Amino acid sequence: MGHNASNLLYLVTIVTFVWALRDLSNPARARRGVWVGAAGMALAIATTFGRHGLHDYLWMIVAMVIGGAFGAVAARRVKMTAMPQMVALFNGVGGGAAALVSWAEFHREAPLSGDLQRDISISLVLSALIGSISFSGSMIAFAKLQELIGGRPITYAGQQIVNALLFATIVGAGAAIVAGAERSWLLAVVLVGASLFGILFVLPIGGADMPVVISLLNAFTGLAAAATGFELENNVLIVSGMLVGASGTLLTLMMGRAMNRSVTNVLFGAFGQIQAGAGDVAATNGTVRPTTADDVAVMLAYAQKVVVVPGYGMAVAQAQHDVRALADLLEHKGVEVTYAIHPVAGRMPGHMNVLLAEANVPYPALKEMDEANAEFPRTDVSLVIGANDVVNPDARENRGSPIFGMPILNVDESKAVIVLKRSMNPGFAGIDNPLFVEPNTMMLFGDAKESVAKLAAAVKSL
Amino acid sequence: MSHGTLLVFEVTILVLAIFLGFEVVSKVPTLLHTPLMSGTNAIHGIVIVGAMLVMGLDHKDTLTFVIGFVAVVLGSANVVGGFVVTDRMLEMFKRKPSSPKDTDGA
Repeated sequence: MGHNASNLLYLVTIVTFVWALRDLSNPARARRGVWVGAAGMALAIATTFGRHGLHDYLWMIVAMVIGGAFGAVAARRVKMTAMPQMVALFNGVGGGAAALVSWAEFHREAPLSGDLQRDISISLVLSALIGSISFSGSMIAFAKLQELIGGRPITYAGQQIVNALLFATIVGAGAAIVAGAERSWLLAVVLVGASLFGILFVLPIGGADMPVVISLLNAFTGLAAAATGFELENNVLIVSGMLVGASGTLLTLMMGRAMNRSVTNVLFGAFGQIQAGAGDVAATNGTVRPTTADDVAVMLAYAQKVVVVPGYGMAVAQAQHDVRALADLLEHKGVEVTYAIHPVAGRMPGHMNVLLAEANVPYPALKEMDEANAEFPRTDVSLVIGANDVVNPDARENRGSPIFGMPILNVDESKAVIVLKRSMNPGFAGIDNPLFVEPNTMMLFGDAKESVAKLAAAVKSL
Repeated sequence: MSHGTLLVFEVTILVLAIFLGFEVVSKVPTLLHTPLMSGTNAIHGIVIVGAMLVMGLDHKDTLTFVIGFVAVVLGSANVVGGFVVTDRMLEMFKRKPSSPKDTDGA
């Protein structure tokens, strides 16, 4: 297939991607968007196969089978709770692929030292740099969410200086390549240095901020893909990569806004530093009151209005079906049950909506934050199931708190708060929560699924 | 077409793609943030095309072949995994016969 024919087919792919993005932004059409996008991708791959003058088809297919099988199996097997880290993982491999493409291109072109067009060398350096950061940063985000390493921010003295020096080194090597010093070791400095930078960059960011980070790295991979498009003079790479770069950047900003945290704050705020100064006063200033399932069941059954506040604990325990069963029992007793969904409850925006939809919770029962907050003052019992930071009153009241300013669900305004929690360990972000020691709060310790099942049994026997 | 002319064309479509990317997702409701992120994640798997072009070069040495091969493996994992994960997320939003209007009001 000639150049023009393949470019026209690539244009069809571009159209499907725009279409897919538009569909994915609309609840009624989102699923169709996936198939439109996948069809466009298949067309792009088929078109590339048909291009004139390519070699090693068999090995290409072998590589695709290996990668595709890994992707399919990993994506199929993973539990719904682990979706966020899968997004991080697949984003990382995409970034890695972009970095490798630029390495291969450089390796091919470098022997003709001094001959690289300036714009080609700039794109080579950029895709190597951004792709490597995206690769290693996503792997650290994956490791944090998978709890292979701690979710708490990892900080050390002189971190900023080390990062700045490292980044200066990478930029220096990149600038030298662009200036015409096309040596392999300089590109190696960019690739290795940027990978290291990605690690150091994500390590100090707290686990609770990971969604924003993954979204940003996702936009990065898009940019890296666009840069490879300039290297290979390929329109589908430029446009599709940039579409993801732009939409991913906007999405990152929107997620940050939902958490009332600016993206710079997420990236450089180092959660941990502020916390050391102020945070840990509250926990010592009060006593935690544990309660039993039977007591809570009575409170729930005789309440008029119960609001369920789900969080990551519900997701981990896969308790959504039991929650639905409990809500059904309560509704039979005439209790009004709604769900208050914080935009960033769980580890990804929309995480709770997905889980509750899986359990067939009726859509109108899910209240977004503003609507839910209006209802707490006339709520009898707020049932907090494995949520922590999104109900932390420190976000409203304690200026020293790392999450100060984040909009929260004001469960403390309801008459009683029952917190279902495994233990008194701080949440994923590692921040104390004074809600747990407030006089109208009681704690029901244990695995969320078991606790909810016990509650349902106790309500049934009333 | 000269390299300069081509570059100007490329930069033009790049800039248009920026505006299009912003515009097309600007109305997304919060509950679709994660599936949308996952969907864009699958779309940047288009880098597989770059990987294929590099791997399919004529007269390449072993190193280029190996790098290209690994890049195709990673790119296809990105594509397949990205789309499957997104689809699984959205599967949860399926319309239920009991509540036909459940996709509204986001």
